[in-house]
Amino acid sequence: MSKVFIAFQLNEETRPIIEAVLADNPHAVAVDSPAMVKIDAEGELVIKRESIEALIGRSFDLQELQINLITISGHLDEDDDEFRLSWPK
Amino acid sequence: MQIDLRTVSIKPLRHTFDHIARRFGDKPASRYQEGTYDIQQTDIFHYRPLWEPERKLFDKARTQVEMKDWYDLKDPRQFYYGAWTIARSRQQDAAESCFDMIEDRQLGDIIPAEVRQMALDILVPMRHVEWGGNMGNSYISAYGYGTAITQPCLYHAMDHLAVAQYLTRIGLVLDGPASLDKAKDAWMQGAMWQPMRQHVENLLVLQDWFEIFVAQNLVLEGLAYPMLYDYLDGDFSANGGTAISMMTRFMAEWSTETAKWVDAQIKVAAAESPENAALLSAWVRQYRAPTLAALAPLAARAFGDKAGDVLAEVTSQFNARCAKAGLSV
Amino acid sequence: MDMKASKKKLGLKEKYAHMTRGLGWETSYQPMDKVFPQATFEGIKIHDWDKWEDPFRLTMDAYWKYQAEKERKLYAVLDAFAQNNGHLGITDARYLNAVKLFLTGISPLEYVAHRGFAAAGRNFPGVGPRVACLMQSVDEVRHAQTQIHALSNYNKHYDGFHDFKHMLERVWYLSVPKSFFDDAFSAGPFEWMIAIGFSFEYVLTNLLFVPFMSGAAYNGDMATVTFGFSAQSDEARHMTLGLECIKFMLEQDPDNLPIVQKWIDKWAWRGIRVLTLVGMMMDYMLPKRVMSWKEAWEIYFEQNGGALFNDLAKYGIKVPECLTQCTEDKEHVSHQAWATFYQYGGAAAFHTWMPNDEEMDWLSAKYPNTFDKYYRARFTHWRDEAEKGNRFYTNTLPMLCQVCQIPMLFTEPGDPTKICYRESEYQGEKYHTCSDGCKHIFDDEPEKYIQAWLPVHQIYQGNCFPEGTDPTAEGFDPLAAVLDWYHFNNGKDNMDFEGSRDQANFAMWRGMATKNT
Repeated sequence: MSKVFIAFQLNEETRPIIEAVLADNPHAVAVDSPAMVKIDAEGELVIKRESIEALIGRSFDLQELQINLITISGHLDEDDDEFRLSWPK
Repeated sequence: MQIDLRTVSIKPLRHTFDHIARRFGDKPASRYQEGTYDIQQTDIFHYRPLWEPERKLFDKARTQVEMKDWYDLKDPRQFYYGAWTIARSRQQDAAESCFDMIEDRQLGDIIPAEVRQMALDILVPMRHVEWGGNMGNSYISAYGYGTAITQPCLYHAMDHLAVAQYLTRIGLVLDGPASLDKAKDAWMQGAMWQPMRQHVENLLVLQDWFEIFVAQNLVLEGLAYPMLYDYLDGDFSANGGTAISMMTRFMAEWSTETAKWVDAQIKVAAAESPENAALLSAWVRQYRAPTLAALAPLAARAFGDKAGDVLAEVTSQFNARCAKAGLSV
Repeated sequence: MDMKASKKKLGLKEKYAHMTRGLGWETSYQPMDKVFPQATFEGIKIHDWDKWEDPFRLTMDAYWKYQAEKERKLYAVLDAFAQNNGHLGITDARYLNAVKLFLTGISPLEYVAHRGFAAAGRNFPGVGPRVACLMQSVDEVRHAQTQIHALSNYNKHYDGFHDFKHMLERVWYLSVPKSFFDDAFSAGPFEWMIAIGFSFEYVLTNLLFVPFMSGAAYNGDMATVTFGFSAQSDEARHMTLGLECIKFMLEQDPDNLPIVQKWIDKWAWRGIRVLTLVGMMMDYMLPKRVMSWKEAWEIYFEQNGGALFNDLAKYGIKVPECLTQCTEDKEHVSHQAWATFYQYGGAAAFHTWMPNDEEMDWLSAKYPNTFDKYYRARFTHWRDEAEKGNRFYTNTLPMLCQVCQIPMLFTEPGDPTKICYRESEYQGEKYHTCSDGCKHIFDDEPEKYIQAWLPVHQIYQGNCFPEGTDPTAEGFDPLAAVLDWYHFNNGKDNMDFEGSRDQANFAMWRGMATKNT
């Protein structure tokens, strides 16, 4: 299976996002670089609005991810609740 | 070791890039200047376009208007991307709070039925006209000459898309998704909209980008916006439709701002040569008549027996605006 | 009240569909093929534009909101960087030469991308791709401007940045990236999307931006890191557009497959050739290295590109043939390119130098199969000669590849000691290319590539001297005249880093910051 990935700038806003992504995707691995973190995952990676909201204590619009996003790989499917990257089998 | 770099006073070697210094002297330049002047390539191109082999990639000959220096067409708002997007996000914040208030309190429901129907019949189908405005301005941004004019035309294209989306939201607030289908039917089939659709489609096949600028940004917007967002808006407010005025606030503000930019372009281009002034004036005369013919059925629906008076007033204000910009129309 | 309001709220997908798709219509007063005159000439068949899937669903209100937030953050950093003499915080003034290459070679291309996507955003008959292309167009003008604004502060203090637009159109190595974008923009809208939207943005942009920006972070250049990562946040949108576009073309009609495959092959190779400059930057121009070019290639091209081509295999797309060559090339190209720029350092608008021992050891470790075997001895010799006062500059002009326009510096497959040349004939004339990949591209469209404005040919034809130059005058120095025409400050923008004005000023200004005298 192929890997998907997503990379974020490393800052105060992305810390809880990264935490939520890693908790929701136990198969994902975070790789730190200067000023950025890249999260790799086999097959699929799902970012859930509710998980981020639970960590930051306010409502969160998944489109806010774009402010600190650096790059992605895989097919994207986004709706109000989930931001999903995958390589279809 | 922590170095306090701030304490070093350094004399710079130069204050700006050479191409900026050649125009304005070697002094600190604005972000608008550095982000705009001479960043379009002009001199050496490797291949002729497959889609227009007789021309270069960027070619002055794509319009009949002639300028010694296309960078004379500067934007009085000095919009570079950051300035534009920050200005628009502020306006969007204001618009958003209006829409939020109307949606949360369902203020749409208390608009008198005939006022609501008027907005559905006239404002919502205008989203297609806005989409035409987007297409014309993206054409200019692609094929125009010199960043001073091509850059703001892309911002203008995106603004038109935004206006189309605000009009869509008005439809959704007033009558849900069905309003959009009804508006599309009216646009495609309804007798009231056919002259406008025909006019908009005619503008979509123009080749001369400056002609599009005149027909779309000066004439069509110059006549339609005052009619809709000044006269008709006044009627909405006077008849219990304040909620609609709240939702068109962006358009009213935006058209005032952009008209100043459009006028500045026309004024400079007309002042360049008598040939330009004659050409621009002829284009205004050529496109004014079909624009007014396209607006007439909308005005009749909006203003009834006062339609002729409204259009006459709008036209005379428009003619005065053109005269002030140096055109004889 | 709240309950009812939220029940009425439309979901993201539904809302986006109303906000975009519904806007377009089938024209009837003017024929569609006159409204969209570029939609068919490339042979791509599209039956149903409504099948287009929008990957990111940004309406203008959200676009302004998030982009304005990015811009506010970015310019706050740039202002602070300028006010605090942030340029003195970089590791070493050698680093600046990487940034010079970026401003002269990449930023002007962001501008062309802006114009090209404006054209694509006008020319596709489908509303979905048009809106996505227009957003990319306006993002690209953002990138050009934020880069110019970020690097403006360096231009005030260092050489080589000062006339980037003029140089892009003329200087020999800058015709490599320039001709790449000219090539794409002069093609039709579908090929543009494969060239820039797919091959460049999806397959290659990670290799350009991520290592470059990590390199900037490693070397203390916060201005570049900030504009780079801020630009990348838009790239994520652009990459999904490129991927969606290729899927869409392939799903619409089986006849599109051979055309798309041909474009992928062409543009993968074109892009990889341009990235030679990035490889050289990573391995030689960063005082503090992030990773080697080979490692970056393996992560971002072989792994990520591999996943992509696995996915596209279901449409019948094959991995471009040229990529087998790249597996060999990744061990060599950065060294070969740097060796070339070192020798032509008199005619480059940035400084060059030979790596020190520690840096050579790093290169040996990263390139155990090639560096010591093919390059170290030559580089050590050049360095020793330079230390004795015999810095080597070549005075001849290189032969350029008719397609990628890089000097003939690449070697034969299987023999890294032999320069690779390929020859084609067209209308009785001979044309030279640097590789099988470039020859293939030439042979497929010779009528296009014979038009190339090759800087070296142009110099020989006398087209690259300032107006009024008399090449027959006694003591005429052709190289000096060409550099003059390039607007080089001869002796300041070019030559070795050792002894340069950048080196002296950086040391002096740092000294002022750290000492009391």
